[in-house]
Amino acid sequence: MPSKLIEKHLRTDRLPHIWCPGCGHGILMRDVCQAIDNLNLDKDMVTIVSGIGCSSRAAGYMNYNTLHTTHGRAIAFATGIKMAKPEMTVIVITGDGDAAAIGGNHLIHGCRRNIDLTIVVFNNNTYGMTGGQYSPTTPTGEKGTTAPYGNIDGAFDLPRLAKAAGATYTARGDCYHVPLTIKLIENGIKNHGFSFIDATSICPTYYGRKNKKGGPIDMMHWQEKNCISKTKADKLSKEELEDKLVIGEFYNEPKEEYTDLYQTIIDKVGGKRNV
Amino acid sequence: MASAKELCIEPAYCKGCGYCIEFCPADVLELVNDKVHIKNIDNCTKCGLCEMRCPDYAIYLEEVEG
Amino acid sequence: MATNRCRFKLLQGNEACVEGALAVGMRFYAGYPITPSTEIAERSSVRLPQLGGKFIQMEDEISSIAAALGASVAGVKSMTATSGPGFSLKQENIGYAAIAEIPIVIVDVQRSGPSTGLPTSPSQGDVMQAKWGTHGDHPTIAISPTSVQSTYNEIIRAFNLSERFRTPVIFLMDEVVGHMREGIELIPTEELEIIDRNEKMINGLPYAVGEREYIPHMPSFGTGSLYNITGLFHDDEGFPTNDNKMAHDEGLRLMKKIEVYKDDIIKYETIDTDDCDTLIVCYGGTMRAVLGAKERAKETGLKFGIFNPITIWPFPEEKLAELSKKIKNILVVEHNYGQILLTVQRIVKDNSNVHFLGKIDGTTISPDEIIKKLQEVNSNAQ
Repeated sequence: MPSKLIEKHLRTDRLPHIWCPGCGHGILMRDVCQAIDNLNLDKDMVTIVSGIGCSSRAAGYMNYNTLHTTHGRAIAFATGIKMAKPEMTVIVITGDGDAAAIGGNHLIHGCRRNIDLTIVVFNNNTYGMTGGQYSPTTPTGEKGTTAPYGNIDGAFDLPRLAKAAGATYTARGDCYHVPLTIKLIENGIKNHGFSFIDATSICPTYYGRKNKKGGPIDMMHWQEKNCISKTKADKLSKEELEDKLVIGEFYNEPKEEYTDLYQTIIDKVGGKRNV
Repeated sequence: MASAKELCIEPAYCKGCGYCIEFCPADVLELVNDKVHIKNIDNCTKCGLCEMRCPDYAIYLEEVEG
Repeated sequence: MATNRCRFKLLQGNEACVEGALAVGMRFYAGYPITPSTEIAERSSVRLPQLGGKFIQMEDEISSIAAALGASVAGVKSMTATSGPGFSLKQENIGYAAIAEIPIVIVDVQRSGPSTGLPTSPSQGDVMQAKWGTHGDHPTIAISPTSVQSTYNEIIRAFNLSERFRTPVIFLMDEVVGHMREGIELIPTEELEIIDRNEKMINGLPYAVGEREYIPHMPSFGTGSLYNITGLFHDDEGFPTNDNKMAHDEGLRLMKKIEVYKDDIIKYETIDTDDCDTLIVCYGGTMRAVLGAKERAKETGLKFGIFNPITIWPFPEEKLAELSKKIKNILVVEHNYGQILLTVQRIVKDNSNVHFLGKIDGTTISPDEIIKKLQEVNSNAQ
């Protein structure tokens, strides 16, 4: 029997899920459920939109309105849902490749509009579903099945990208610091605007194996030791920060939200409130 | 009526990653045949860290009346 | 509230497309600027908020169809419009709409191609892409209007078909029709037959269909039924499956829902086909030139019939096959290098001689060219 939380928020008849042993995505999916539970949201008015990849399989397991879309396009689909039903809480679960490579354009334009969506990137630094190719968040020098001699690309710092593009809430969580990550997702949902949470996952099967990171437990220990708060990071030198990943809330500055602004146009030109 | 928490396992969900065992501060758990198993329930402080980090929802604390 | 105060208006095809869509209930539009379809976006941006609807200009063609699909999932009739290059970009999500069974109307105001081609000269080069553009076997409904009035009337039918069959409908306009201006009658909403999607789920299963039925009745998001939509083959709950039997059944059902009801979908027009030696097969904006040639029949002495498939896909095969049995020559006139021609040849077989007139230089086909071709066909036949 599953726990009450899982029973309430997941389609338990579909468990166990497809993710590999030690995959961080299961932890992050529970974090999203816990955040929704903490906020007491009406499940009928929650929609999860996902793209394609390991991360995006989450939608199918989650017992809300769920839309598993095409590769990279989750934010665009979510934009349509939010425009049609602004009262709906719309959460996008996506991956690093899905959100930042093939879907990068939709990400920055979603940020720019400040439409009330909450994006949770299950960031495992690789393309897991296709077998471990390097992604836009694979650190330079690390390996993937398409970077056999080491990745020469630079990696995106996704929350910085989102902030620069206009997101009004940005944060980073991980799999080790669970209460923090839940809180970040909660705050992201609460922000009435575009919220971006980079949720660092763990991929022992491809990213870990290809880069000799050890097994799942070693990778979890890495997050334990290297994922540090901003306050802690501020005290460290550039050299000391080199192998660190800063987690926590980075930016939280609400501004006018897109569907609200559109409603002012409707009000002005004489349209009715509900379509 | 006071409520207490009970440590529960759903073996069908367990994929044997070992997170719960490694990060249990009280050495309550072990792996038996690639599945989580309660070794020493008396040590359990009901902290819930196992549940939080289980990617497969195979271990959790549930409120019980008592 | 009536969408229009005046019943008669002078409109461009692109504008009539928006007015028809609004009349049938379109309340969400997402698009990206591209000529010669841009007036559809522009008019939508003016008109939708007046009716409480929403317009959004997205960052590209792909996100435009994606946003429109998202709004449709939330229960709002949605449309996107584009032209050649944009139509290519939308293809993946057309397939998504087909397998996920989400109603949507995609307008393609065809222009010269391939690639950027001759911006933005007329063409009818997307006819086969409308059928085969997205990967995998899938059902297709495509409609091609011939005038501003028929644009208004047919976009209404496009929405009705999309809602009824829960499938993407491609509205295949062309630059000629899109930019043509005519006085038309705007039949108001109250006088229209409007079909809305059936949302009464069968046995609580979103993708279940009734016995000898082919169309599921999924509810809109936010109405209290929690289920999954995916572009993967799925079971009746909408959950992904790798089961080959289920994939077969679902794939077949998708095709059948169009095939079985094709008589409700197919629409064509015939002119003077009862007693003619030559039949012109033509559709869309090119029909104007054919009608121009027809007007000069007295002067030229040319007698010919016209067959106009308004529903391009599924193609009105049976009617054309029947006509071909009594007609010696069939002349396909289309603004491309021969696309519907292939379908006509397949249907007609050896019943008639099939001739072709088409071009890809960006100029329109003129009545003169058609008359000349008809004379050539006639002299060869003698």
